[in-house]
Amino acid sequence: MNRRVVVTGVGVLAPGGIGTGSFWDLLSEGRTATRRISFFDPTPFRSQVAAEIDFDPEAHGLSPQEIRRMDRAAQLAVVAAREAVEDSDIALDELGPHRVGVTVGSAVGATMGLDQEYRVVSNGGESWLVDHRYAVGHLFGHLVPSSFAKEVAWAIGAEGPTTVISTGCTSGLDSVGYACGLIGEGSADVVIAGATDAPISPITVACFDAIKATTNSNDDPQHASRPFDGRRNGFVLGEGAAMFVLEEYGHARRRGATVYAEIAGYATRCNAFHMTGLRPDGREMAEAIRVALDAARLNPEDIDYINAHGSGTKQNDRHETAAFKRSLGRHAYRTPVSSIKSMIGHSLGAIGSLEIAASVLAARYDVVPPTANLTTPDPECDLDYVPQVARECPVENVLTVGSGFGGFQTAMVLTSGGRSGA
Amino acid sequence: MTPSVVVTGLGVVAPNGLGTGEYWAATLAGKNGIGRLTRFDPTGYPARLAGEVPGFVPEEYLPSRLIPQTDHMTRLALVATEWALGDAALEPARLPEFDMGVVTSNSAGGFEFGQRELENLWRRGGEHVSAYQSFAWFYAVNTGQISIRHGMRGPSGVVVSEQAGGLDAIAQARRQIRWGTPVMVAGGVEGSLCPWGWTALLTSGRISTRDDPDRAYLPFDADASGYVPGEGGAMLILEDARTTRERGGDLGYGEIAGYGATFDPRPGSGRPPGLRRAIEQSLADARVAATEVDVVFADAAGVPELDAVEAAAIHAVFGPRVPVTAPKTMTGRLYSGGGPLDVASALLSIRDGVIPPTTNVTPDPRYAIDLVVGGPRPANVRTALVLARGQGGFNSALVLRASH
Amino acid sequence: MAHADVTIADLRRVLREAAGAADNVDLDGDILDLEFADLGYDSLALLETAARISHEFGVKLDDDVVVDANTPRKLLTAVNSAWPASP
Repeated sequence: MNRRVVVTGVGVLAPGGIGTGSFWDLLSEGRTATRRISFFDPTPFRSQVAAEIDFDPEAHGLSPQEIRRMDRAAQLAVVAAREAVEDSDIALDELGPHRVGVTVGSAVGATMGLDQEYRVVSNGGESWLVDHRYAVGHLFGHLVPSSFAKEVAWAIGAEGPTTVISTGCTSGLDSVGYACGLIGEGSADVVIAGATDAPISPITVACFDAIKATTNSNDDPQHASRPFDGRRNGFVLGEGAAMFVLEEYGHARRRGATVYAEIAGYATRCNAFHMTGLRPDGREMAEAIRVALDAARLNPEDIDYINAHGSGTKQNDRHETAAFKRSLGRHAYRTPVSSIKSMIGHSLGAIGSLEIAASVLAARYDVVPPTANLTTPDPECDLDYVPQVARECPVENVLTVGSGFGGFQTAMVLTSGGRSGA
Repeated sequence: MTPSVVVTGLGVVAPNGLGTGEYWAATLAGKNGIGRLTRFDPTGYPARLAGEVPGFVPEEYLPSRLIPQTDHMTRLALVATEWALGDAALEPARLPEFDMGVVTSNSAGGFEFGQRELENLWRRGGEHVSAYQSFAWFYAVNTGQISIRHGMRGPSGVVVSEQAGGLDAIAQARRQIRWGTPVMVAGGVEGSLCPWGWTALLTSGRISTRDDPDRAYLPFDADASGYVPGEGGAMLILEDARTTRERGGDLGYGEIAGYGATFDPRPGSGRPPGLRRAIEQSLADARVAATEVDVVFADAAGVPELDAVEAAAIHAVFGPRVPVTAPKTMTGRLYSGGGPLDVASALLSIRDGVIPPTTNVTPDPRYAIDLVVGGPRPANVRTALVLARGQGGFNSALVLRASH
Repeated sequence: MAHADVTIADLRRVLREAAGAADNVDLDGDILDLEFADLGYDSLALLETAARISHEFGVKLDDDVVVDANTPRKLLTAVNSAWPASP
């Protein structure tokens, strides 16, 4: 059995915009939401910029107890999930909770909660033998991030297969891919799938400082994220969540759901090379792209828009450009490519889902979001990256890709033409 | 025709045995691997027992370049994988690179490594955080390091569902094989036996505070008082039965015949827990009748309310007569390593025709299950069911079946 | 305040602590002008090594140092000509 899967609901919390509408406004207007870190004093750190969300959990319906026990990342996921379910207009109780699953992607789990609580129990790192008496009751939920899936399942009433997918920076794509597998084989009819991460915390900033992966253009935070640009010097750490209602195609059609897109192809590979490094030839990402296109029964020329990983590091953007050329041939030069990380930063495990959201919205509105801050060409990155200004053009089929620490390389193809009912 | 997926290699790192042979011999002998914590001084903490893997010196097994960049549990995972590959007589370098993938489960990541780096950060400053922190701690680390070490470029993944995750990882590997990747490494090996991890585990509210290693973890016993955490687990080699035949291998230990996963209803909903449904789904997936199951390896939470739910689910599906066992009484609960270790034990039961015992437990008759106690029980085991529940409501069930 | 030069023996020790040693490499041999890549050390290993040298010997190293100093001799030269970090 291999049932088809469509997206019928979208919920997004991203820097610069809570809610799908604000998110799309930011992207289509080419505005950036990167700024000087405000969650803590960034002065001691090498990279002092981030893409933060101005998020008031109580204003978004979370109770005091939920706010207390849930890490910020879980809060973002629950709010996004609720938005997606409402957007889809689906009556989950008619379906029955057994047929509804949940998959939440996250690369770094409850990083903020753990960072904060560690400081307390260790008294600022003073003792290795930390004081358990200062541990908060919900610390176990921070230790094991499957609590994120639990919170979403509780929020929407799901009792089907439920898990967290944690494949580093491709978690946001792999979570949706995993959910497609569940629906495809018949284990669920609907999966609330997506990803979240809220990593803007000293430990994360410090660990990326140590490998100089993040930008240190601290004097100009708004323009610090420069994917594919000749002057790029690292990514901007971000946070966010995007959750989707993924539905079996027949079920969506029968209830007259509004379909954003079909997830027509998905593939993941590993570069098996290095935990953080990338070889410049991009062959494993190219292989993932090839397999995803095959699954979607599309050729390279059928792709209208490539939503790139485009993190803004020297090595990634070069690797990815090579992967596009390798897999798409000359069509890599003819297809608009853009990186929304230029605007909302890199939210690690969440970004793959945020990029799926951008992709389905691009298809809905026939607008390709730009790569902001792209002003200086790089001879190694010579494709059409849609610099600075969004472009109106027909967008039916989108390829979105991701690359992550651990060597993960993932590609997904979303289609929205007549045959997907979108 | 859906390909049959078989297990051709096992690699075990357990508190009562380093290596499959040592583990199984110890388990059949009822040897307890639980003892007072030695990785740090547990004196000031309310719980002081754990299942620690004995005698593991990483330098004896791994190249020195891997040591500084890996948490203890990643080192265990790498070694277990190497043993599993050897057991399967597989040489990854000789296989097409995209034909092999890795799916692991993890609950806490490289937590001890993380504690050290958090200490570096908060005591000394950000510039003292290691360059390796960017990947040594996160949940995907074992999949990443295994794939790099063995050049495995196929589809890989990481699932997190606390103790249910190990079975979920095996199930996902089975899917990948059915979708066309002939060889998958699958399982879970983990441990967070450091003070910061211990402190977090304690807040689960389920950990026994007893000091007697033989009285602390007593699932299905009237004297149950919680569980004992442990470290370790198992890595398995899964293969498409057709390709394993082609390369001259036999059908290994057995087939991954069926799987089911559910999630418990939110608290206060009044709806029943989902373990029974997970069991039924796994049997349906395996096309196996309840009467055909020869043994159930229980999740064995060791917390009375949870034991009651499990016993009721087993009883509802099987009646009182299927043998039930929990050799994890000799290792503690291993989180994402627990399910895979139980799968290894189930496959060894099938191979050797013997069910390992549940040690130290006097079964409470109110549970009405046939718990295997007092010693290993000879039995013709052809079909085994493994159950694993993750705290928060995750229920997973896996059916194993003899290949021949 | 002057500090004693960081020696090749110091560097060997820090390399081993930071990143182990490759099986087929004799770190105790004459390695001064061998490239780190040939010694089995990637950029991550060098970042970690440079950080440890910086902390242990009180030297502040620029971002570029690790990129440019691709042999032990070059790294030691860069380290020993850098200003000590302020106390």
